[in-house]
Amino acid sequence: MAGSKEQLFTPEIRAEIDQWIAKYPAEWKQSAVMAALRIVQDANGGWLSRELMDDVAGYLEMAPIAVYEVATFYSMYELKPVGKHKICVCTNVSCMINGSDNIVGHLEKKLGVALGGTTSDGKFTLKEVECLGACGGAPMMQIGKQYYENLTPEIVDSILDRLE
Amino acid sequence: MPGSPKAKLETVAYHLNGSAINARPGETILESAARHGVEIPHLCHKPGLRPDGNCRACLVEIEGERVLAIACCRRPTPGMAVRSDSERARRSQRLVLELLRSDVSGTPQDSANELGQWCQRLAIAKPRFPEGPQPPADLSHPAIAVRLDACIQCTRCLRACREIQVNDVIGYAHRGAASRIVFDLDALLRTSSCVGCGECVQACPTSALAPAGASRFAAPEKAVDSLCPYCGVGCQLRLQVKDNRILRVEGRAGPANQGRLCIKGRFGFDYVQHRERLTRPLVRRDGVAKTPNPDFTADLRRVFREATWEEAMQRAAAGFRDISERHGPHSLAGFGSAKGSNEEAYLFQKLIRTGFHSNNVDHCTRLCHASSVAALMQMIGSGAVSNPVADVRKAEVILVIGSNTTENHPVAASFMKNAAHAGKTLIVMDPRRTALARHADYFLQFRPDTDVAMLNGMMQTLIEEDLTNDEFIASRTTGFAALKAHLAAFPAERVAPICGISARTLRQVARVYAGSRGSMIFWGMGISQHVHGTDNARCLINLALLTGQIGRPGSGLHPLRGQNNVQGASDAGLIPMVFPDYQRVDEPEARRRFESLWGAPLDARPGLTVVEIMHAIGDADATDRIRGMYIMGENPAMSDPNLPHARHALSRLDHLVVQDIFPTETVFYADVVLPASAFPEKTGSFTNTDRRVQLGRQALAPPGEARADLEILVDMARHLGLDWQYAHPRAVFEEMRRAMPSMAGITWERLEREGSVTYPCRREGDPGEEVLFGEVFPTADGKGHFAAAPFSRAAELPDAEFPWILITGRRLEHWHTGAMTRRSRVLDAIQPAPTVDLHPTDLDRLAAGTGDPLRIRSRRGEVVAYARADPGMQPGQVHLPFCYREAAANLLTIDALDPDGKIPEFKFCAVRIEPA
Repeated sequence: MAGSKEQLFTPEIRAEIDQWIAKYPAEWKQSAVMAALRIVQDANGGWLSRELMDDVAGYLEMAPIAVYEVATFYSMYELKPVGKHKICVCTNVSCMINGSDNIVGHLEKKLGVALGGTTSDGKFTLKEVECLGACGGAPMMQIGKQYYENLTPEIVDSILDRLE
Repeated sequence: MPGSPKAKLETVAYHLNGSAINARPGETILESAARHGVEIPHLCHKPGLRPDGNCRACLVEIEGERVLAIACCRRPTPGMAVRSDSERARRSQRLVLELLRSDVSGTPQDSANELGQWCQRLAIAKPRFPEGPQPPADLSHPAIAVRLDACIQCTRCLRACREIQVNDVIGYAHRGAASRIVFDLDALLRTSSCVGCGECVQACPTSALAPAGASRFAAPEKAVDSLCPYCGVGCQLRLQVKDNRILRVEGRAGPANQGRLCIKGRFGFDYVQHRERLTRPLVRRDGVAKTPNPDFTADLRRVFREATWEEAMQRAAAGFRDISERHGPHSLAGFGSAKGSNEEAYLFQKLIRTGFHSNNVDHCTRLCHASSVAALMQMIGSGAVSNPVADVRKAEVILVIGSNTTENHPVAASFMKNAAHAGKTLIVMDPRRTALARHADYFLQFRPDTDVAMLNGMMQTLIEEDLTNDEFIASRTTGFAALKAHLAAFPAERVAPICGISARTLRQVARVYAGSRGSMIFWGMGISQHVHGTDNARCLINLALLTGQIGRPGSGLHPLRGQNNVQGASDAGLIPMVFPDYQRVDEPEARRRFESLWGAPLDARPGLTVVEIMHAIGDADATDRIRGMYIMGENPAMSDPNLPHARHALSRLDHLVVQDIFPTETVFYADVVLPASAFPEKTGSFTNTDRRVQLGRQALAPPGEARADLEILVDMARHLGLDWQYAHPRAVFEEMRRAMPSMAGITWERLEREGSVTYPCRREGDPGEEVLFGEVFPTADGKGHFAAAPFSRAAELPDAEFPWILITGRRLEHWHTGAMTRRSRVLDAIQPAPTVDLHPTDLDRLAAGTGDPLRIRSRRGEVVAYARADPGMQPGQVHLPFCYREAAANLLTIDALDPDGKIPEFKFCAVRIEPA
């Protein structure tokens, strides 16, 4: 951790993390680690650099390695730069039975990248994720904070075409 | 966890496999079973580590319970009926082992592999399950081989790294089937933040983490219980030996280390078999003149020729006798070593005092804690620590000042980190932000050289705010009124701009220190190595006396001793002004005692100290010019300040005898070189920083014609006409007990039996006192004496020509002048070249980057070292380690001395820096 906590992040980010810290007992501020990671990831174009994770560790007074463990465990945290739109396709059981393989295949072909890849123009990242709890609308995907359900290749096309 | 305070403090009677047994309070089923000789398979459990219960190999059946329980985490209740040998329990244990076995490649084969052992015992052959994909080996680290294809993810390494050593390198990353052990953010071990302590290697049950090299599978011929040869912490270790070579080193559960080691102790043992070991006596060739700047890389055979022991000893002794006859006894001097045993130190000073007939004997204690000892002797009558490092467990507040503990006393630092994580308040004060600061509640990065002002400011706060311990001051101290008057000039607000720490922080830290039920102060060379080092130490002692923070468990003073036996060598009288046990040479009564013990007349005049001896060589006008020296195991040609002067002096000696294991820089100035024994090649007692006397035991035979130092000393004494008979270190120790009342109660047999006894131990059978000064101080009046410390500055302040401040220090991997560690393959591979630490903004200012060569110049010399960006430095300051011959930091340092401790100012001089 470099210097004092006042030198970490912007005042706005600090205020947002502090809100989360306030939800827990004072000696358990590391409980805010997941929220803090999400906040700094959002402010960093959707991914976490090592420096950012180290800063989160310093801010929450925890060992950096403990932050890395959280960041590598959850698929929502990105440890490499991602495209402007992150397309998260669920391939768990319900979606698989309802044809998520087709959706993945269509997206890979349309974007010209494999799962985990980012288009050369930096616009899209394609990602396979675990169940997002929308089995009733399988197959489904998430882009940004929006769920898209009951997908077909045509519906996927129209969704992607609408994105800037 | 077992042993937690919540556990009931009664034994628990229960049934295990049909037999009635008792579990001790807090004991788990697994622990009580093991104590009764019942084996239950286990892998993730290791004594000393927090039980984690993740491997599930220790499944047992409990009567009346639907599911199986894990014995490593479950505590028995009265009357419980547990079976580890029922068919159901065995079937599950076997299945778990089979599954774990299928996680690893090949057959676990080496003898230390616990998975292989359990599979063998439970007759588990090739698993029925297919092996998954395996990660490649990571052989990047010189000391530790990582083969995760042998990993069962029991996380013993992780707990060792993070909960024992608190280095926080090993993580358990990713999820589900992809989860695995990582270093930092999945780095190679070599490029990670790993400090190489090897606690993970010691913890690993499958050799997934193992010592690098082929020796890991070799079966040792013998195991020898001994000590670490490096720092003053005094770690006990076990040497695994085969064919007169050390295969491996393991930590033992000694009182100072509890099984822990650091990278030097665990992996830095191969120096003993380095090709440069001196194996035959050498004498200087005729016609090879001594010069102040010899080529230290030159072939030794061009400077010296080999000789027999008899010729070498005769020459050595004749040289001394000749000088003594012509110029008197004060023209000779000796440097002993804090690396040698108590017995060697004792015999060396006895040799100088009864063979050379002067008190010109000193050693590197002069360069490390002489000022601390001067202040302690003056104020509380005893130069050693009041409490052991282990007392951090009993303290509420731990104050560490001027000590880079994680690099210089790594195992002691691990206990401080444990304490900090257990909720104790850790205060770190240092001009450099070192690794310990991350664990601190308060970190005060003050300006170098302003210790006295800062500490006086804290004390004035205590007086202003009425936080002093008036009862303690009244009953246990003298001189308070004078101190109080002196401190009035140091309000926190006034010293804040001097030391660079806000008055608010100074006041807060003073309150925290004074107000706790137990506060410990630890300090290192950052306090002692100044021209005002004694004043720095006086302030710390004043602070303890003002608040009564001394004399109780968890409350006291601890100058962290540097060398493995600097405490013992000092105790044994390897100091010019005192005989063994700090009995002053100028006190007639003490002198008479030693004259009768040693049967020889003794000089009443205190001798010269290390740097004074160097000055006395060069001073042609001095009546007592030093012309001949005997140096055993010290390397003043690297360790002394202002090396251009010290080396010039060494080259002017008429006669120099050096006894060492390597051709050190000092050897190049010698007339006679005596090949000596390395630490594992001899037996002796050593006293650690806690005052624990411990035994180092011989594990290897010395190479070639090299001899044990004690034998050489006895031989030298005989050649000087003394009739010495010491057949074994034990005989020397017996004599020491008669010379040193504080150790009189320690017998050699007890050392052999118990491995560690703390002095003072005045009578046989005394337990030994870990905590001192509970009732009185060992001063004439039994009181502690306050001593006001005026604020003064360093001998050489930065100016326009030399605008930077140079601070010398160490690197974790290297010891002192590097004579041993730079000849250790592992240690030198990790830290192979001289680097100088600067703040990143300073590097920018110099238009230099990490790895660029920088020329550092002082009024005395210059060196070139490679830049390293360190945001823990303050701008305008540089830190240079002094272990590198090719960039010897002491070519730059100043030989100005503290007037009381005679310690040179290694921690401050002015330099100039430019890209080379």
